[in-house]
Amino acid sequence: MSTDAAAIGGMGRSIKRKEDARFLRGKGRYIDDFKLPGMVYMDIVRSPYAHATIKSIDATKALALPGVLAVITGKDLDAAGLAWMPTLMSDKQMVLPVDRVVYQAQEVAAVIATERYIAADGVALVEVDYEPLPPVIDPFKALEPDSPLVRPDRDQKTNHIWHWEAGDAARTDQIFQSADVVVKQDLYIPRIHVCSIETCGCVASFDKVEGKLTIYMTTQAPHAIRTVYSLVTGIPEHKIRIVSPDIGGGFGGKVPVYPGYVIASVASITTGLPVKWIEDRSENLQADSFARDYHISAELAAKSDGTMQALRVKTLADHGAFDAAANPSKFPAGLYSIITGSYTLEAAHVEVDGVYTNKPPGGVAYRCSFRVTEAVHTIERMVDTLAQKLQLDPADVRMKNFIPPDAFPYKSATGWEYDSGNYPAALQKAMDKIDYAGLRREQAEKRARGELMGIGISTFTEIVGAGPSHTFDILGIKMFDSCEIRVHPTGSAIVRIGVQTQGQGHETTFAQIVAEELGLPVDNITVEHGDTDTAPYGLGTYASRSTPTAGAATAVASRKIREKAKKIAGHLLEVSPDDVEWVDYKFQVKGVPGRSVTMKDIAFAAYTNFPQDVEAGLEAVDYYDPPNLTFPFGAYICVVDIDRGTGAVKIRRFVAVDDCGNIINPMIVDGQIHGGLTMGMAPALFEAITYDEDGNIQQSNFMDYLLPTAMETPVWETDKTVTPSPHHPFGAKGVGESATVGAPPAIANAVVDALSHLGVTHLDIPITPWKVYAILEAHGVAEG
Amino acid sequence: MTQHVTITINGQPFEADIESRLLLVHFIREVANLTGTHIGCDTTSCGACTVLVNGTPAKSCTLFAVQADGAEISTVEGLEQGGKLHPIQEGFFEEHGLQCGFCTPGMMMTSVAFLKDHPNPTDEEIRRAISGNLCRCTGYVNIVKSIQYAAKKMRDDQAAPTPAPAVTEAEAVR
Amino acid sequence: MIPDNFTYFAPNSLPEVWDLLRQHEGDAKILAGGQSLIPLMKLRLASPAYLIDLRNVPGLTTLEEHDGSLVIGAMVRESHLEQSPLIQARYLGIYEASSVVADPLVRNFATVGGNVAHADPANDHPAMLLAMGAHITAQSPRGTRTMSLDDFLVDTMETALRPDEVLTDIRVPRPLPHTGSAYIKLERKVGDYAIAAVGTMITLDGGVCSRAGIGLTNVGPTAIRARQAEAYLVGKQPDEATVREAARLAAAAAEPVTDLHGPAEYKRSVLRTLTARALRLAVQRAQGGGGQ
Repeated sequence: MSTDAAAIGGMGRSIKRKEDARFLRGKGRYIDDFKLPGMVYMDIVRSPYAHATIKSIDATKALALPGVLAVITGKDLDAAGLAWMPTLMSDKQMVLPVDRVVYQAQEVAAVIATERYIAADGVALVEVDYEPLPPVIDPFKALEPDSPLVRPDRDQKTNHIWHWEAGDAARTDQIFQSADVVVKQDLYIPRIHVCSIETCGCVASFDKVEGKLTIYMTTQAPHAIRTVYSLVTGIPEHKIRIVSPDIGGGFGGKVPVYPGYVIASVASITTGLPVKWIEDRSENLQADSFARDYHISAELAAKSDGTMQALRVKTLADHGAFDAAANPSKFPAGLYSIITGSYTLEAAHVEVDGVYTNKPPGGVAYRCSFRVTEAVHTIERMVDTLAQKLQLDPADVRMKNFIPPDAFPYKSATGWEYDSGNYPAALQKAMDKIDYAGLRREQAEKRARGELMGIGISTFTEIVGAGPSHTFDILGIKMFDSCEIRVHPTGSAIVRIGVQTQGQGHETTFAQIVAEELGLPVDNITVEHGDTDTAPYGLGTYASRSTPTAGAATAVASRKIREKAKKIAGHLLEVSPDDVEWVDYKFQVKGVPGRSVTMKDIAFAAYTNFPQDVEAGLEAVDYYDPPNLTFPFGAYICVVDIDRGTGAVKIRRFVAVDDCGNIINPMIVDGQIHGGLTMGMAPALFEAITYDEDGNIQQSNFMDYLLPTAMETPVWETDKTVTPSPHHPFGAKGVGESATVGAPPAIANAVVDALSHLGVTHLDIPITPWKVYAILEAHGVAEG
Repeated sequence: MTQHVTITINGQPFEADIESRLLLVHFIREVANLTGTHIGCDTTSCGACTVLVNGTPAKSCTLFAVQADGAEISTVEGLEQGGKLHPIQEGFFEEHGLQCGFCTPGMMMTSVAFLKDHPNPTDEEIRRAISGNLCRCTGYVNIVKSIQYAAKKMRDDQAAPTPAPAVTEAEAVR
Repeated sequence: MIPDNFTYFAPNSLPEVWDLLRQHEGDAKILAGGQSLIPLMKLRLASPAYLIDLRNVPGLTTLEEHDGSLVIGAMVRESHLEQSPLIQARYLGIYEASSVVADPLVRNFATVGGNVAHADPANDHPAMLLAMGAHITAQSPRGTRTMSLDDFLVDTMETALRPDEVLTDIRVPRPLPHTGSAYIKLERKVGDYAIAAVGTMITLDGGVCSRAGIGLTNVGPTAIRARQAEAYLVGKQPDEATVREAARLAAAAAEPVTDLHGPAEYKRSVLRTLTARALRLAVQRAQGGGGQ
């Protein structure tokens, strides 16, 4: 067996993806591809009203339709104690309402039928009599004393959910009082939708003979779901199997437990048949997978030379009718307190208040690592606002205030310990690559001619890899992750992990980790995950946590194997294990390269010729409790041109320099960045979910909610710096969400920059052509 | 209100009595059991359902199966021939043109038809050609590279053809 | 996502179509490309009990010049129109309108006839065809009728087509020498409907505008013909000031509403920009010499 690096295919190599074999042939196994014997179909009746009493539900006509087997309502679930379920944020959520609906498109009843098309016909025949109630739509009005209550089921009769804060209020206020300069800005980061191309769904199958419930589910966190299911239904956990097969994009939208999963499970238990439920896009866009929706008031205090001193932020978080966000339990506002960003600040104080409204649950961790998009957007806009106020170049202000490279590990003003970073190097690289100085010259020339171009910078610090058990848990379950490796006699291996890919390439990257650590060719390593019957317990993939947690577990498990392998090596080489060293993917006698054995040799020996003081076999498992989060970072620079006749913004160039520490597979990381940048551009320019005053959603399908095509998406230019994480077993950080976090403010900053000479200081996203045109008209520079 | 149809998919005929309202995509997925063609929306916006109908790329969610009675459909399952990947599949593999894989079959079918008429496309022409296919994962950069890879491979194969096996099914239906 | 059921016919001749329309009067819809109708049916916003598919009816896919007119058969697919050398050579505005209908996949099946007959003010062809002075041909058992596109478009989703008539073709007068046309659409992304769009046609005679056509998309209950702007241009040299004034008049003729595509006043402003740009382009092409 060759042990040269190319044959091994380990760390740092752009190995082509193993999972592509099935996807390229149309042999992926997504939820809607499953066809179990006797399977029936479920479709959902949904409320047209945002807030209403249910006076009656008449399923007579539906039940009379040939092929309709059952209609399930809240009353049916209530009898089994399942009308409500816990959320991941320790709130509770209706599975099906007994007497009140609290958001438009809320699930009201479910039709079970023999055919998909009959189930749809059945839904159209269910008659629900609603009495509309005044909806609570404005989150500020929701806090007024005379506001209707969204959640009369709660003990506290208020729409206020919780208050959370971080940092030092007294010290921050003190600095603000005496600061040379204070800039203030209100920002709104609108509600948006995940829109993975595959919607949510499941096939629930209860085996009456075995008493076992198997659910194939679009879920990013199968084990946590299994535990919650067991606690809620009373079915013992070993009799529940959750399987995440292939998932067509998750991005955080497939973490929460949606009512459809639970109803389908109940339907399967009662009918004894497998029940498939898959959403239409319209259902998906109206009822689940919502994120953001933060109303922010930010202030930044600084010295007149541009030295930033303190940050003060108040935020109203619109959570919809249930707090069903997926945040670690002590962090109802996620990791929002990373809001001090890449900068040294003496003090900061951040407050967030969560509020209920008559909208579907929001706050899904949509490619934002728990509210980091909101945090980074705020600080990056504030830095530019300060720069504009002081008439300083925004790149200079950043360089001046960056946490210096020698200050790491760095304790931020809100208590995070950043593991490593080199912000000046990343920004300088981006500036050189895009010729920042040249762009500023060009901008000056164009301005003189009345042409509008802007340059926007975003230098973000991300915070990923939740997280250490002393601080992080979801519903009490600590946020470790896991890996189990078993090496077969002929030198190939099977690896099972507790995380769950939805396109990130784990079958390849995790094989690469093991290949690197064990010196076995990457092609000989199979990675499995997603089946709770076989995979070790993990908390799943979201918040860019897989490499920091399960990746670390994989390395540690591999090293446990190497420890044992060393003993077998000594046995084979007839020396003491202390005289054996691991070099170039081989065990060799110290200083004697000619005398070596490969892991393949060891594997065979582990079953045929092992020393008396070790067990047979070659396997290990590790549950990794990360000592800290990891802090990837980046420097993005965006150039925009504005059409004075239409207000349309065109991204001319976008350079992204990312640092995620040591990289497993550069090709895959690049792909993640491209996708993340596109998902960051979308809310900056195109996407927003809005509701009218009656709570009607304004974007209920892809005609109205605008996903960028290849024509609107620029050619992303990517580069990297490498600043390893000192605490991670192979120095890696997460990266999947960096670009979604870093891109929106780069674009927003670019547009404001294009208009700053007119006195414009801020624009909320999405930056629509009419927003820009109104500004141009107001300043007399619109064409036409 | 049922109709008898015969629809050939990847060279294989499928006969069935179906409702007129059965969407072609459901015929492909559930009558012919070819689940490589996917459904991503309900407003003809995403292109995940793209197949070739008599060689022309079509969003199969916006056609009734009865409209395709007698037609020859090509889907992703028909791209590989005799154990050999189609250049478009090879391109997507080599250039990391897919991540979750859900939009990929539709993306590839659009590309196959496009490259037939545009063997030497510019990147801009490619982006235009795939503007009816949405991807959420890749940001399109590598998809464009994948299609360029396939274009080059097909031009090279044309210039120095290897001994031809039997005509591929995919070509036979055009 | 799942439509109501219906009975499907794919007749082989126009008389068979007429017969079916008569038999199922009020409950039947013509199916052309289906790219507007089928999405409506999937959302159950339309549930015709009978669908009459035109795909096997001969004679509806003509695309040729004939007796001084361009004849576009009702079932000509958008992609066919877009790829036609004849259209690219002499009817650039129609080419440009076709190339921005929905997306390339939809264009493989969407038909020009459908785009016109659906009478959605957001559809692209009507404005361009209005600017080019198009007429439609409708055939029924009672005979053949032609009318101007102006008269054909009655209101949103409503045309002057009678229940027993089938739109069979659209005719555009062959452009005179020194004619240029253009279609410019402002959309936020490919596949979206227009925020606003403008189709223009200009004929020059000795440097002076002798004929002008201006059609506006998605800024009123139907496509709008900006007649005042057209009249203003005739007899004048299309210099910058004239073009700007015509653009202003065209925008004034619009009836935009505020919706997801933007505020009404924004659309009106943008119309000025787009009309000016489309006029400049049409003039440039007219000056190029050929009928384009």
